[in-house]
Amino acid sequence: MTEAEVIERIDSSLAEEFELDRTDMTAEANIYEDLGLDSLDTVDMVIVLEGAFDFKIREEEAIRAIRTLGDIHRFVLGKVTENS
Amino acid sequence: MYRVAITGIGIVSCLGNDPETVGAALRAGKSGIVVDPQRSELGFRSPLTGQIRDFDRSILSRKQRKSMPEFAVWAYASARDALTMAGLSAAEIQNEQTGLLYGCDSSCIAAIEQVDALRLKGETKAIGSGQIFRSMTSSITMNLNTLLQTKGACWSLSSACSSGGHALGQAADLIRLGRQQRMLCGGAQEINWQSMCSFDGLGAFSARVAEPAAASRPFDAQRDGLVPSGGAATLVLERYDLAQQRGAAILGELLGYGFSSDGGQLSVPSEDGISRAMLMALEQSGLAAAEIDYLCAHATSTPAGDAAEAANIRKVFGQKTPPISSLKSMTGHELWMSGAAQVVYTTIMAQQKFIAANINYQEPSEATAGLNIIRATIPQAPRQVLCNSAGFGGTNSALVLAFS
Repeated sequence: MTEAEVIERIDSSLAEEFELDRTDMTAEANIYEDLGLDSLDTVDMVIVLEGAFDFKIREEEAIRAIRTLGDIHRFVLGKVTENS
Repeated sequence: MYRVAITGIGIVSCLGNDPETVGAALRAGKSGIVVDPQRSELGFRSPLTGQIRDFDRSILSRKQRKSMPEFAVWAYASARDALTMAGLSAAEIQNEQTGLLYGCDSSCIAAIEQVDALRLKGETKAIGSGQIFRSMTSSITMNLNTLLQTKGACWSLSSACSSGGHALGQAADLIRLGRQQRMLCGGAQEINWQSMCSFDGLGAFSARVAEPAAASRPFDAQRDGLVPSGGAATLVLERYDLAQQRGAAILGELLGYGFSSDGGQLSVPSEDGISRAMLMALEQSGLAAAEIDYLCAHATSTPAGDAAEAANIRKVFGQKTPPISSLKSMTGHELWMSGAAQVVYTTIMAQQKFIAANINYQEPSEATAGLNIIRATIPQAPRQVLCNSAGFGGTNSALVLAFS
């Protein structure tokens, strides 16, 4: 899977789960302030990403540190590379 | 003590999802009962149930619905409609003088789903963020508080099938005492088979499967059990003087609330319990029993329950009872919601100028003989009404309403 394909899968999965407008989903977008997610949503975000990529997310600290959509892209790309 | 006005109603029921549709069904004596074949396949004794049709859940976003069971979404729809009818804007209810009080005594699906998810996935974080909020019996009020941003009273009340009746009565008391200026109150009830299976196991449901519309027949000699149903009902209650000041259309007045408990058995109502609630409600209302021109009965179509209510009605009214109907003949038993739904239905009848019949009533049993059961729609509005509701364990609510 190319980097662009990974990013597309992340964005489409999150857009579906949280009913986000794809035009708002820039890499710089703050997931709380710009995309309107809250701390409860991050619980579901982990479930969505695990389902989309068939991996387990154990890095709770890394998840807590996420602020932007770009942070999510980097985190998932790292996991995908690590698992391949 | 302040007077309490009814200024808005909202309803989601097996008879329809707005007052016009529900009013037309009540006037026509139309049943909302259907057969759910899945229940027979699962081993239910009775597949009969009320059913909500054509409900648009997209009134809330997926994220908003994540923390809400289906019945809480119905409750939101009924609250939204009641507020629209009352002419109250968002700004007028986002204050400490506006409260929420709903009757609810279960939230079955979420409890099952969260356990299934854990067993399947092997870790609690896979359950998702919404289930905790969906699984609590206060799910309606916690979610409505978040959606509507009211800042006053906010809690749910559980008393089995009188939950909705007590919720209205206690909401009215908060206004009467001057502790809240307006209340959104009511009840909601889930319909899914999961929440009904153990009740079915008691043999309390009608088995008249061949004739679903004739299955619920309160007070009739051939009654053989209740039909489970559900939905959501909301009323806007307001301090009467403030409703007048803001020029609101006043639909009716909640004159009295009475409560009692049987101190008896779990599932068999006593012969004096609900009569004590009726007398307390009448006393607060200032009306004599003879001034009631419509009694909206609790009667659910069970042999023992209807017989006990008949005995209680005779205790209050003697041999000459007011015209009586149980709307459960059309709606089935809306359980937690029923006490609140009866008040919404009665307000609809007052607005649309008729009193609904107790459909399927053909002849009384020995225990129900002598009651003035309404056999055909009466083409005039009810004016002074008593609404009964009763729950397992013997907890009773009675509400006196007036319409001008």
